[in-house]
Amino acid sequence: MADDYTAKLATYLDGELPPDEMKAVDAHVRSCPSCAADVLGQVQLQRAVRSSGKRYTPGPAFRARMRRQIAPRPRTSVWSAWLTAATVVAVLVIASLGAAYFGQRRLQREQAFSELADLHVATLASANPVDVVSTDRHTVKPWFQGKIPFTFNLPEVQNSEFALAGGRVTYLGQAPGAHLIYQIRKHQISVFIFQDRDLKGGLSSDLGVRKRHSFEVDTWSQDGLRYFVIGDASTADIRDLATRLKAAESS
Amino acid sequence: MEVSEGYTAATFEELAMPLFDQLYNFAHWLTQNPSEAEDLVQETYVKALKGFSSFQPHTNFRAWIYRILRNTFLSSRAGLRARSTVPLDEEEGPEIPASTGTPESIFIEHAQEQLLQSAIEQLPLHFREILLLCDVEEMSYKEISDALSVPIGTVMSRLSRARNALRQILLQNLQG
Repeated sequence: MADDYTAKLATYLDGELPPDEMKAVDAHVRSCPSCAADVLGQVQLQRAVRSSGKRYTPGPAFRARMRRQIAPRPRTSVWSAWLTAATVVAVLVIASLGAAYFGQRRLQREQAFSELADLHVATLASANPVDVVSTDRHTVKPWFQGKIPFTFNLPEVQNSEFALAGGRVTYLGQAPGAHLIYQIRKHQISVFIFQDRDLKGGLSSDLGVRKRHSFEVDTWSQDGLRYFVIGDASTADIRDLATRLKAAESS
Repeated sequence: MEVSEGYTAATFEELAMPLFDQLYNFAHWLTQNPSEAEDLVQETYVKALKGFSSFQPHTNFRAWIYRILRNTFLSSRAGLRARSTVPLDEEEGPEIPASTGTPESIFIEHAQEQLLQSAIEQLPLHFREILLLCDVEEMSYKEISDALSVPIGTVMSRLSRARNALRQILLQNLQG
């Protein structure tokens, strides 16, 4: 009878017998000294194994490493990747558009300077380079009234090396403007005046005196007018005339 | 580490980290080597997190992750070595006789933790692991069945044989 229970004692101690069998074995152990001793021994061994079995402890560094490894990452990973990609694309697009825009503007500016240089050369090569021949600014300026849609001021150059030769109406890309010819020593200088709003964007920047198409060129905007000074004179002369024109317009 | 859709890494961390000490202890008992135990636990966590979507909610996470650890160990070099020396199918082996003496009483008299730990180390892998899962981790037979992927009947018989084997080793060590 005791042998029947002996086989079940370990399962009984593990609490894995069906409830009715648990009760039966429990009752038997209480009344059977042999099985009670067996149970006591098994319980003691089980407890000793439980205590001895908890032997190894992970180090804090390993624990920290594992915690880091399985810690949830920011949920923005996918979105941030897309955002980064989108940002890169946007920057590239903007850079491309910017490059195209500035490239376009540079091209327009170069075309305008080229055209102005052509006008300058063509006018000087003409038998009648100017339509109003006068060294007097008070004669030249009124001549433009009614011919172009704006007015401008011209500097007094009588006490300088510059001399006003005259003027004519000209066009730059369908924009009407004034073309004035100045002379300094043996050099001819063209001054072009247009309305800023009539010109394309590429001409709207002030660059200072620069060498273009074998000519010195200066350009600026003042009171809604765009000025171009172009000629084969020296940079200093071009700048000098530009300064006088600016002073006259602002006076 | 990425986690599968439908589960969060936060959930995994909440379930897995409380078992960290136990898993390491179990891994160390299996591998008998601290660095191999760390590698085993780390690989277990990586695999578990990757396969978290296959874990059925409201089922036993502990048994699930122990199964991953055990399978990972068995496919490792140390695990293959252990398997090659010890047949896992203990049903084919001779029955280990129940103790004829009173090892428990002898053990109590000579209770030394080191002796018991040495005896556990000497147990074949399949006995050692089931003894640890039952008596140290206090898993139910059902949990052990899930963790070891064996029927409950096998759990019961293997556990009985493991305890008898432990007694035999203790007796031999104490008498020798």
